[in-house]
Amino acid sequence: MTKIRVNRRSVLKGTGAGIVALSAPHFFIRNAWAQQFCNDPTKGKIIFGFNVPQTGTYAEEGLEQLTGYQLAIKHINGEGDGGLLASFKPNSLKGNGVLGRKVEYVTGDTQTNTDAARDGARRMIERDKAIMVTGSVTSGEAIAQQSLCQEMGVIYMSGLTHSNDTTGKDKRRYGFRHFFNAYQSGVAIAPFLAQEYGKDRRAYHLTADYTWGWTQEESIKAATEALGWQTVATVRTPLGLGDYSQYLTPVLNSGADVLILNHYGHDMVNSLPQAVQFGIKERQANGKDFEIVVPMFSELMAVGAGDAVRGIIGTQNWNWQLDDEASKIFTKSYGEEYGAPPSQSAHTGYVQAILYADAVERAGTFYPPEVIKALEGFEFDGMGNGPTLYRDTDHQCFKEVLVVRGNEKPTSRFDVLDVIGKTSREEVTYDPSIFGGELGPYEPNQC
Amino acid sequence: MNALLAQLLNGLDKGGAYALIALGLTLVFGTLGVVNFAHGALFMLGCFCAVTFRYLITIETVTTDPTRTTPWGAPVEVRTPMVQEWFGDFGAVMVDYSVPISLLLAVPVMLAIGIAMERGLIKHFYKRTHAEQILVTFGLAIVLQEIVKSMFGANPIPQPTPAAFRVAADIGVWFGMDPHVLTYPWWRLIYLLFSVIVIGGVFAFLHLTTFGMVVRAGMADRETVGLLGIDIDRKFTIVFGLAAVVAGVAGVMYTPLLAPNYHLGMEFLVLSFVVVVVGGMGSLPGAVAAGFLLGILQSFASMTEIKSLIPGIDQVIIYLVAVVILLVRPRGLMGRRGIMET
Repeated sequence: MTKIRVNRRSVLKGTGAGIVALSAPHFFIRNAWAQQFCNDPTKGKIIFGFNVPQTGTYAEEGLEQLTGYQLAIKHINGEGDGGLLASFKPNSLKGNGVLGRKVEYVTGDTQTNTDAARDGARRMIERDKAIMVTGSVTSGEAIAQQSLCQEMGVIYMSGLTHSNDTTGKDKRRYGFRHFFNAYQSGVAIAPFLAQEYGKDRRAYHLTADYTWGWTQEESIKAATEALGWQTVATVRTPLGLGDYSQYLTPVLNSGADVLILNHYGHDMVNSLPQAVQFGIKERQANGKDFEIVVPMFSELMAVGAGDAVRGIIGTQNWNWQLDDEASKIFTKSYGEEYGAPPSQSAHTGYVQAILYADAVERAGTFYPPEVIKALEGFEFDGMGNGPTLYRDTDHQCFKEVLVVRGNEKPTSRFDVLDVIGKTSREEVTYDPSIFGGELGPYEPNQC
Repeated sequence: MNALLAQLLNGLDKGGAYALIALGLTLVFGTLGVVNFAHGALFMLGCFCAVTFRYLITIETVTTDPTRTTPWGAPVEVRTPMVQEWFGDFGAVMVDYSVPISLLLAVPVMLAIGIAMERGLIKHFYKRTHAEQILVTFGLAIVLQEIVKSMFGANPIPQPTPAAFRVAADIGVWFGMDPHVLTYPWWRLIYLLFSVIVIGGVFAFLHLTTFGMVVRAGMADRETVGLLGIDIDRKFTIVFGLAAVVAGVAGVMYTPLLAPNYHLGMEFLVLSFVVVVVGGMGSLPGAVAAGFLLGILQSFASMTEIKSLIPGIDQVIIYLVAVVILLVRPRGLMGRRGIMET
């Protein structure tokens, strides 16, 4: 019988061999250590968090966006007529939820407030165990939620956010934007402004004083100055201001002949009619008719502004009156569900929920880095915007941009805007380095 | 020069609203000695009288047009306000002029609210300290605000200007200037005129009627008036109702200029108290003068030339003026000696 010698050296050797033997299986499991992530729904429910303004300045847009999300959940889970799942390609969703399991959701009210948006997103992640958070109407809300989600390792699909910063200097690896941005609005609208109003114009900007307003002003200013327009003044107005009289009065004798309202939501619903009441459209300046431009607006704003919106040029991300097959499918599906055509806010919310679900399905996992990689560089079509790219360098969608004008003779509250042109995806594509920022790491933080 | 005139009009227009609210506030303080922090809520309730009236007269009948379908295949709905169905063109006029017509609803409603407030709550705090009065009336303001929010939602509800007044008046032409040199929205001019008429009406009521004479006497020396056998309490209750009416009608006519929302009262409350402090607590002429003065100051401070020198001055000018007044002349521009002074 062989005698086993027990000494310090033999104990150390044996212990080391035991450790290697016990841990060996883990060397063969990919990302074994890294598969822990926030709110992993493997053993729990799959919950999407819809955090939108339900009160405050942009509440109507927020509530519309929520209807888009809710419809998307229905279609993802195989209920209803399936909506855009019929036209979306390439589509990995099978109409049985995500990875074969039904999706649920929770909702929150950002109150059109950045801090409330952040708090709501945190609550959805920590308390409600949301695997993905989505929703916004202001860029402040989007950027705040995006940043929080990056910290907590949860993917954020922004809703309505138009500031260049969202996928510019404030871009995040865990943030994705389908909605177009201010730069794209500027590029899209400029040729139409030149065509309608000429190249020898003097513009006065009234701008909502927050990130979206600043980037909108910057982009429209750059685009119009490239046409040959001069910028007479850029004046900031507080967000949520009701009475614009003190800001409109200086416009009248400023030497400008175009008023550009960088306002959205209730700001524009107040400022545009007040501008019309001040007689701006009846005036002449520099030998030309005084014009008003609202670079980005929505159907809800157009309805709210009433007659004042007639003839006003702006841009949109999407419009229900588009005649492509996907837009018709979505309008029909949404209309049957809610009795009204969808707004661009509802459309972008719907699309973002579908895109996330599809990315998870393609990745085969909820693990955020894999889902992120599935979204980055994703080319798709059939969502109402033509061929679209989710660019990997900044997580911004690139697609055609619509130029619209207030309908002079609307027949109802649903056709207050006419689509007068589209600017191609190629024309609105830009070098991501112009807006700076860094996406950050893939690896998820723990929440 | 045109810019200055335009800003002067802005200031008078804004000042009219401030003056109306401050007038009611000063009436209450001057007669009852109560600091009423619910007064801004009365302005807000007046706004919602206009909202309610419009809601009532625009209740629609819905029919379908079988010859047209929506993109989702449903027949197009044709919505017609009931008043238009009943009264034809006159009904359409009623809908168009819903804001001024809603004054007929606002006056009795606000009078009732004011009297109910005074009899139900305020009268129990006459002999309490100002701090307690502020607390209870502020609490009441929040309650009223939340009631309105629960009934009407949190979002602003824009009210349309009558179609005929959605354009600008060419004021410059009235004074011999070239056309389109000095224009100002018609509805804002109407609001300014309205505020002058209401202020004049209140002063006429107080100075040309026996009731008003008794109220003024009671403001000067309540005890003596009581000793003369006059039921001054009842008269002051009516004055409270009158103050509520003034605040309410100010709100009604302001709705086309600023979409009503549940929080509007708080926004105007702070401004109105600043106006009262500057004008002088208990001084009706002071409240009116200060209202217009501060409106004009705020308007001029918003001029680009001024803001380029002192950024943000338009947001704080009236508060700066109030601070200076409190330091230099605490009883206000036209307040009675001894009020707010140690």
